[in-house]
Amino acid sequence: MSEPVAEGRRGLPPEAREELHRLRPLYPTARALTLPALHLAQRAWGGWLPEEAILAVAEELQLPAAEVYGVVTFYDLFHEQPVGRHRIRVCTNVPCMLRGSAEVMATLGELLGVEEGEVTADGRCSFVHFECLGACEHAPMMMVDDTYHYDLDRETVRSIVEGLE
Amino acid sequence: MKAYAEDPVLLRNLGKPEVRTVAGYRAAGGYRALEQALRMQPDEVIEAVKASGLRGRGGAGFPTGMKWGFVPKDAEVQKYLVVNADESEPGTFKDRVLMEHDPHQLIEGSAICCWAVGATVCYIYVRGEYVAPADIVEEAIGDAYREGVLGESVLGSGFRLDMLVHRGAGAYICGEETGLLESLEGKRGQPRVKPPFPALVGAFGKPTVINNVETLACVPHIIERGAEWFKGIGTDERNTGPKLYAVSGHVERPGTYELPIGVTFQELLDACGGVWQGRDLKAFIPGGASAPVLTAADRDVRMDFDSLAKAGSMLGSAAVMVLDETTSMLQVAKRVAKFFNHESCGQCTPCREGTHWLELILQQGTHGIGSHREMDLVGAVCKQIGGNSLCALGDAAAMGVGPIVAKFRDEILAEIAAARPAGHASPLPVLQASH
Ligand SMILES: Cc1cc2nc3c(=O)[nH]c(=O)nc-3n(C[C@H](O)[C@H](O)[C@H](O)COP(=O)(O)O)c2cc1C
Ligand code: SF4
Ligand code: FES
Repeated sequence: MSEPVAEGRRGLPPEAREELHRLRPLYPTARALTLPALHLAQRAWGGWLPEEAILAVAEELQLPAAEVYGVVTFYDLFHEQPVGRHRIRVCTNVPCMLRGSAEVMATLGELLGVEEGEVTADGRCSFVHFECLGACEHAPMMMVDDTYHYDLDRETVRSIVEGLE
Repeated sequence: MKAYAEDPVLLRNLGKPEVRTVAGYRAAGGYRALEQALRMQPDEVIEAVKASGLRGRGGAGFPTGMKWGFVPKDAEVQKYLVVNADESEPGTFKDRVLMEHDPHQLIEGSAICCWAVGATVCYIYVRGEYVAPADIVEEAIGDAYREGVLGESVLGSGFRLDMLVHRGAGAYICGEETGLLESLEGKRGQPRVKPPFPALVGAFGKPTVINNVETLACVPHIIERGAEWFKGIGTDERNTGPKLYAVSGHVERPGTYELPIGVTFQELLDACGGVWQGRDLKAFIPGGASAPVLTAADRDVRMDFDSLAKAGSMLGSAAVMVLDETTSMLQVAKRVAKFFNHESCGQCTPCREGTHWLELILQQGTHGIGSHREMDLVGAVCKQIGGNSLCALGDAAAMGVGPIVAKFRDEILAEIAAARPAGHASPLPVLQASH
């Protein structure tokens, strides 16, 4: 079972706990809040889930940490490694591939000077390829943080990246 | 947004942002069907949906009314509706369009379903990447509570209904209905053994209906205009109603097209302005990456469940990917294999290992390694996966990859030969399937 919060370790922030309390009556089990809780935790911990965050979720929901960890590893949107302040996901599935996703990937590599999956030295960005994001009518496309960007070419990719703080 | 239906039903509110509020949706004729349904007996609603011939739009094409009829009538038992808005089949984006442009149509259809089967809680499981669509649906739900459409007493009927958005976190397999239920319950999204089917043992162990977004969006129109009207659209009584086709790839105007189910592929292609850049058609995938590829020779096939099955493919999610004459079929096959390898949940050996090998073999091909032997191996691996896996993802991988290699074998072999570095009869770089 989950251990008590250790000295100096952060738990979930109060807003996140409040949100979970609001949601709790809408589900018959506390475990059903695992995904909502992990989404909240990932936001609180700057876009990824260090062990501390996983333990905080396990503690909050009274679940074994190993089970929460197992959930984290299953889903592509949860990260166990640090990510850039801005997370870029480039769709490279067939419809985007047919309309130029390779060029989007190459452009990002050039602009950011890092390989796929790496974080820029200033911590600003990281980019990865991704499966179909469900916006193939606007191929090639990518997702930057929570926002979809459509009908990309070299120039639009450049201006989007330059616009990131 | 891009959509080009003459007389749209499902997309009639496209590009009218005012319908995202209850007041705006009502002004456009909305929520009359829900009022009408609440005056009917639940069984009458189920009968109407049965009579309409509506079949599920999520991929499997199961008759919707029949599915609702399987739910036990016992009023004491908690029942759920789970809306499948996971939409992760490559090439599919119609549900996103429905949620972004007409969230109340989905809420209305879902509420009618809940009334029909006696569900008092409805979870709308939206893929985690769809942040904006989920926000839009969530706002619409909030407004529906304020306006008395949801909550304590739906439209004053005394029927209590709660509805909420549940966000996924990026996993194709969570679109499979039992994987979705596991995920909703807070676990890894690994599919369950069926039976028991969700209608009896579903979310949290309770009877549950799982329907696709588009399926539910059809329901208000069936109630309001009648089963006969719905049946009058389409190919025959087994393939009825308006249908959304998500067309992508090498066409002039990719987009969501609403047309009667059973238009031919050529008619659909014409509606999209034809193959782009004046090129010729090589092939098309009619129902998402899980559907067997068809060739230009199949262009007159009707795009409905039964006609596509007869043609050796499937309607699936009606995600139509168009491939022009310049397309590298090796690259397409490799990308599809890579997708299934990445998305296999890993529970079954044939699916987990088979998809891995499919990607490896085709990846090798792009480095110039491969001969008839490797092509035969693809066929053999597909045969081993198909029918030997717990859920339909395994079969989908076999159907998505196998026919590309089978139908374009010579072309793929020529591509492999062309990729072979000069002077190397058989180079052997170290290859690893990517994840
Ligand atoms: C691997 C896999 C992925 C699926 N993904 C989806 C999906 O994203 N959306 C969906 O509605 N159905 C999906 N399905 C089909 C569902 O299992 C289920 O049949 C469907 O949601 C039932 O709703 P319907 O009868 O309204 O189509 C998927 C099936 C499989 C095997
Ligand atoms: S067939 Fe594949 S995706 Fe489906 S349960 Fe088995 S391993 Fe998982
Ligand atoms: S393939 Fe890129 S959004 Fe679908």
